Amino acid sequence: MSASALKPAAGTAARSAPAAAPLVIDIDGLSLAYQAADGPVLALSDIDLEVRAGEFVSFIGPSGCGKTTLMRVVANLVEPSAGTIRVNGMTPEEARLKRAYGYVFQAPALYPWRTVRRNLMLPLEIMGMKRAEREARARKYLALVGLEGFENKFPWQLSGGMQQRVSIARALGFEPQLLLMDEPFGALDEINRDRLNEHLLRLWEKTRVTVVFVTHSIQEAVYLSNRIVVMSPRPGRILEVIDSDLPPDRTLDVRETPEFLAIAHRVRMALRASHSYDD
Amino acid sequence: MTTSAALGFPSRGERGNWKWRAAPLATVLLAILVLWYAGAILLNAPQVIELKFRDRPDWTARELVEATWSMERPVLPAPHQVAVDFHESVFGRPVTSRRSLVYHAGVTALATLVGFLLGIVLGIALAVGIVHVRTLDRSLMPWVIASQTVPILAIAPMIVVVLGNVGFTGLLPKAVISMYLCFFPVTIGMVKGLRSPDPLQLDLARTYSASPAQVFFKLRCPASVPFLFASLKVAVGVSLVGAIVGELPTGAQEGIGARLLSGSYYGQTVQIWSALVMAALLGIALVAAVGLVERLTLKQMGAEA
Repeated sequence: MSASALKPAAGTAARSAPAAAPLVIDIDGLSLAYQAADGPVLALSDIDLEVRAGEFVSFIGPSGCGKTTLMRVVANLVEPSAGTIRVNGMTPEEARLKRAYGYVFQAPALYPWRTVRRNLMLPLEIMGMKRAEREARARKYLALVGLEGFENKFPWQLSGGMQQRVSIARALGFEPQLLLMDEPFGALDEINRDRLNEHLLRLWEKTRVTVVFVTHSIQEAVYLSNRIVVMSPRPGRILEVIDSDLPPDRTLDVRETPEFLAIAHRVRMALRASHSYDD
Repeated sequence: MTTSAALGFPSRGERGNWKWRAAPLATVLLAILVLWYAGAILLNAPQVIELKFRDRPDWTARELVEATWSMERPVLPAPHQVAVDFHESVFGRPVTSRRSLVYHAGVTALATLVGFLLGIVLGIALAVGIVHVRTLDRSLMPWVIASQTVPILAIAPMIVVVLGNVGFTGLLPKAVISMYLCFFPVTIGMVKGLRSPDPLQLDLARTYSASPAQVFFKLRCPASVPFLFASLKVAVGVSLVGAIVGELPTGAQEGIGARLLSGSYYGQTVQIWSALVMAALLGIALVAAVGLVERLTLKQMGAEA
């Protein structure tokens, strides 16, 4: 949670996090079942996963595969039924109480009665930060997502893409080491989504926070991540974890390269193996 | 926000163009006046024919109309009679006089406002309890609803008698009756408003590990404001009704209710109608005042247009 997490990465060396980097998320044999109207449903089954500091990890899979649920378990928004999970070496609840992560939801979830600036300051107010510091943080992170000049606008005066950028700035504002992003660009049109993808990648290179990113777009997952976790539904489980080593300063053009297409192909094959393309 | 549209505000363009709004209002007003004058002729004619024209059967239609529009104690006074009496009792007498309608309106307005404020406090307190304590939701809500099914006319005399016995007379019983009526819309509106934040906004506060008090003040309260104002506009109206009803069983000497009562004792129908006009104007002024505060507040909170 210190400012050090925001220092620009030293050169391009630390592309994929070295195995020595500390474990941010450690999941072991995790399952989650809940009672639906027509009997118990196994939303997550026997999940094992490690995420190390500085990684950008995507969860991809068809709807119902539990990718959002898994992220909500990390965030302590739902409780697992079995297995262990540690976030920064703590239980998810301890991590949440220590404000270890910033969460970006599918919708911007801005408070409509607050201006952009005051939306950014909301978590800082809740954490009891001093006013001057709050103002400075709000300014800094609004500039980081390229929204200077919109401080005093209300959310409805912004486009959907701008609102989502505000919500990203809000999550970054209290400088968590871990950013959980749940289909943050799912509701946007493709042009905006492309722009924000590139934007997010630059942001991640600058801050080197650990990012866990849920998506159902293969292209988005391959473009952004250095590890892609392919999941499958009924029951929700991890099929395959695919490493990606695209160049760090990649632009959207990388999506035309053979390397990119090869990784995308592997992801698609993994999804197909899970019968995700059936029915 | 869509709340301003949901609350029925005209858009800025419509509000600015007063002609657009005045024309339909004027048409309806004209229709009411025509019907009113016609009704005055119909309802007052039998009395006029029997009393005034008994000895002279050669009366003309014109004389009949004139007579029905100028009786001292008509069944239905003509609009201009009410207007003259209203003007005289508002502007023709010092406002401190017992015969001034402004004085009586002031007495009723004070009881209305005290009752309104008590009602807001009670209404919000109940809503906060109902939203936060599950037991209260189950135990209190049915009583809140049942309280409004009892006719106020049956309860008002008892409130007056009970409070009178413990030494409270005058303003307080009226304010309590007013509160009894107006807390209800506030409670209903605030329960809905405090529950209006969507799950995402609540999850967000949870990821910040916000305390229950922070969730209440930073999320539930601001989210409930549009609902509160919608309720307040209804509440201030019934608050006035409560205050006037409260003046009837007390045999009060002051207030719009007292004017209605004494008017009906002495057959002063013109006086009754003047008091009714005053009650209507007071009601409009109160609702408009709440509407103004609402617009300013919601604008401050970023409501669209």
